[in-house]
Amino acid sequence: MAIKTKFELKAGPATREAFGRELVELGRENRDVVVCDADLSKSTMTTYFAKEFPDRFISCGIAESNMVAIGAGLAYAGKIPFVSSFSAFVVNKGFEQLRVTAAYPRVNLKVVGTHSGISIGEDGPSQMSVEETALACSLPGFVVLSPADEASTRSLVRQAAAHVGPVFIRTGRVKAPIIYNGDQKFEIGKAVEVIEGKDVTVIANGLLVAEAIKAAEALDAEGVSVRVLDMHTVKPLDREAIRRAAVETGAIVVAEEHLVDGGLGVRVAQSVAEQAPVPMEFVGIHDTYAESGQPDELLDKYGLVARDVIAAVRKVLARKK
Amino acid sequence: MPKSLEELQAIAKRIRREIVEMTGAAKSGHPGGSLSAVEMVVELYFDYMRINPKDPKWPDRDRFILSKGHAAPVLYAAMAEAGYTPKDQLNTLRKLGSIYQGHPDVRFIPSLEASTGSLGQGVSLALGMGLAARLDGRPYRTYVMLGDGESQEGQVWEGAMAAAFHKVDNIVAIVDYNRIQLDGFVKDIMELEPLVAKWQSFGWHTIEIDGHDFIAIRRALEEAEATKGKPTAIVAHTVKGKGVSFMENNPKFHGTAPTAAEVAQALQELQ
Repeated sequence: MAIKTKFELKAGPATREAFGRELVELGRENRDVVVCDADLSKSTMTTYFAKEFPDRFISCGIAESNMVAIGAGLAYAGKIPFVSSFSAFVVNKGFEQLRVTAAYPRVNLKVVGTHSGISIGEDGPSQMSVEETALACSLPGFVVLSPADEASTRSLVRQAAAHVGPVFIRTGRVKAPIIYNGDQKFEIGKAVEVIEGKDVTVIANGLLVAEAIKAAEALDAEGVSVRVLDMHTVKPLDREAIRRAAVETGAIVVAEEHLVDGGLGVRVAQSVAEQAPVPMEFVGIHDTYAESGQPDELLDKYGLVARDVIAAVRKVLARKK
Repeated sequence: MPKSLEELQAIAKRIRREIVEMTGAAKSGHPGGSLSAVEMVVELYFDYMRINPKDPKWPDRDRFILSKGHAAPVLYAAMAEAGYTPKDQLNTLRKLGSIYQGHPDVRFIPSLEASTGSLGQGVSLALGMGLAARLDGRPYRTYVMLGDGESQEGQVWEGAMAAAFHKVDNIVAIVDYNRIQLDGFVKDIMELEPLVAKWQSFGWHTIEIDGHDFIAIRRALEEAEATKGKPTAIVAHTVKGKGVSFMENNPKFHGTAPTAAEVAQALQELQ
């Protein structure tokens, strides 16, 4: 089957930039939207909100645990708080507070982690977040989102604000290739079929959606029909899209910029095992921390580019009966 | 619903009896730190706070957060006495299906202001509520009670720093300074002194009182409300296990329930 759309994958704004811009729109529409940041607003891009709504921007200093619980207090009092920092800090340092002040009472808190994954580059592993999706998904009642580009980020940030309950959104530092035009609709918990295909499915999120598209286009030239799903919602998973992928294509590769342990891949694998077992392969970070370097160099070295998706597809196809 | 001193004392005695009975029935729980907090909780719920138990979600109500969530029995007894929750279920404390969970849980009692139990988080929660009140132009005040041992948690001081920085003067921290924590005396586990100076240095107005003296508690709450531009910390000196001779100043009763015989003896003392 031919690919219906040719993707240009032109560099677009980083997903953190899209988050910062959409937050301002939400702030204009709803006075209950408030924002907390831990001295990284110029990096998380909540600075746009802070400039336009200084009264509703709460500077928390470098104290993420406190920030998360302040956000919970605001939510208890009826606000729609967005608390933001690098994923590595807001989730790891704030995890106890995410658990007891947000997840357990199911308060209406929105947590946005920026600088996720290893593509932050030169700052190195202490700032790189490779565990936070596993942590966030372990919290009962949390919705966990990992959008791929500007349009999907803006839509999902908006939906997170409308959703009643705790949400974590994973965004990145680097420019994200443009995948969607303005017509694409997004829905929490519903995967987007980016490319139709029948031989194998690649399920990806974040920056790996673009790599999956490149891989699918290369494989299409060889006559391999690859379905690409953007699984922007890691929790709750789109079980029906996963079931159809397993039944209709018979082999699945999952690709993510996160540790393979506890990430999107294991969650999809659980769903596949429950519904329709098929061979699977996993593209992700395997039980290690990365290092300093340029984002492209790091993604290449740690096996997170189209080449790695293609290799995984070949491997899974060889296992497919 | 302001009450006379005699009425408050009578309520305090009833609540002490409930604490002993419900922890005895549960065969577990934290009687000592519940008994030390009785007068402060009673003063708030039956005299000072602007609340309406018939309308527990009234937007302008004052809020109370029990950051030292293990003292749930004193809060449950007070809320039941005030009419928020059924009194006849207090003895189901900690049992499967009970609304009276081991630590305060908003899923079971929606009229609670927050789920607590993991120490150190209440000041931050109160700050969030205080900021929301200010943003919304609402008059409500938020009271958060923390333990002395709890004050060893770093988040308490992150919250203290942030509340003073944001000049949130509609929140009050009340420290139940009973000098005992689970493993023993605070001074032997992790000394807090100088505790009042710590709060002062973090930018809070401070008041030091006898936490069992209703008049002193009321005056402190009034002074806190009159204090503008900064939050207030009330450091309340209390006796752990107050009111039951064999529990007073006895670290054993931080986290141990009284036996049936001890319950009987305690109730006799609390006639």
